[in-house]
Amino acid sequence: MVREALQINNPEVQRALESVCDPEVPVLSIFDLGVVRKVDVLEKHVQIDLTPTYSGCPAMDTIAMDIMTALAEIGYTAKIKHVLSPAWTTDWISEEGRKKLEAYGIAAPRNQQVDKRILIGGASELECTNCGSTNTQLVSEFGSTACKALFRCLDCLEPFDYFKCLK
Amino acid sequence: MKEQLYSYLLMLGDNSMILAHRLSELCGHGPSLETDIALTNISLDLFGQVRNFFQYAAELKGGDCTEDNIAYLRTEREYYNCILVEQANTDFAHVIARQFFFDQFQYLQLKQLEKSSDETIAAIAAKSIKETRYHLRFSSEWMRRLGAGTEESHIKTQAAVDRLYPFVDELFTASAIEKALSDAGIAMDPGTVKAEYEQETKTVLEEASLILPDAAPRFAQGKQGMHTEQLGYILSEFQYMQRAYPNMEW
Ligand SMILES: [Zn+2]
Repeated sequence: MVREALQINNPEVQRALESVCDPEVPVLSIFDLGVVRKVDVLEKHVQIDLTPTYSGCPAMDTIAMDIMTALAEIGYTAKIKHVLSPAWTTDWISEEGRKKLEAYGIAAPRNQQVDKRILIGGASELECTNCGSTNTQLVSEFGSTACKALFRCLDCLEPFDYFKCLK
Repeated sequence: MKEQLYSYLLMLGDNSMILAHRLSELCGHGPSLETDIALTNISLDLFGQVRNFFQYAAELKGGDCTEDNIAYLRTEREYYNCILVEQANTDFAHVIARQFFFDQFQYLQLKQLEKSSDETIAAIAAKSIKETRYHLRFSSEWMRRLGAGTEESHIKTQAAVDRLYPFVDELFTASAIEKALSDAGIAMDPGTVKAEYEQETKTVLEEASLILPDAAPRFAQGKQGMHTEQLGYILSEFQYMQRAYPNMEW
């Protein structure tokens, strides 16, 4: 499922929200991550629907707090509602977001089939974010945060994170 | 009906919460760095799912009921988790077998609950199943690896299966609340997925060169609030902060 770009008819609010990042992957704005579902601006009050990435992701509370702060700085109050349905998927990470992830050294999610093969020990198709080699290997299905798996490159020997596919 | 729905949400949440707590006990004690991180990540996902169930339960209850009151301030008899998830960590084979038996059940349960006539339950299930699918892949891979691994890992894993499988039967014995709510299209009647569960479980165990014990099912009534002594130890640690410093917040 691909989401259409969110329209916010208030440039000031838009800019403030764009400044809020995922604290665990600070190169991604909350729009890149695809967690902002709806924004309604009513005079100096903003109502926002957010969708969690992983149920227990501690970043969600931080993101909500950062949104309140960013909006307070430009004189807006905010109310944030967490919406579960439809559930977030890694497909909602924007094209821009995927590029930023790769540039940051985290391999962007491929698709479920690729994940499945790799995670049950099949050949990896992931390119090393350091040297581009596909001679890579899964080290752990779970990484430093809920959204990542850990890989290593057998050519340059560097470890790298993979933003696992969630569908 | 509202009262039953409230209890049902507690049961769903308690299963995940008690297992999540067991996994959290392994933080810093996993057999390797990767498995340590994996088990605590699974714990975190489960706690997230619990929050969703308990937030909804608190909303139903109204008044000053919160997710935290529900999680921390009940007595032992008011927890409705199945006996399987409260079993101690003992060794890694037990941790993995307990996880596998639960994940397989939870996956089938969430698949049913995605179709629940209760919209909030359906939304939580649709969110959680993506994570549970991943957990199941992890635990079934480890079952295969341990079962078909070394002689020692095989012996330990078979012992874990022998000890834990008899607790699985409880998952499929519908409580009065499950029966009533499944008639209303809200809950799952666990009996309906038993055959599929046994089939899926058998497939993984065969690949792992493990066999299901023919021991009789253990009499277990966790869903009715009757627990083994294990839960008491869990709760004394789990509730310590709230009991010592009432209403503290993190
Ligand atoms: Zn490399």
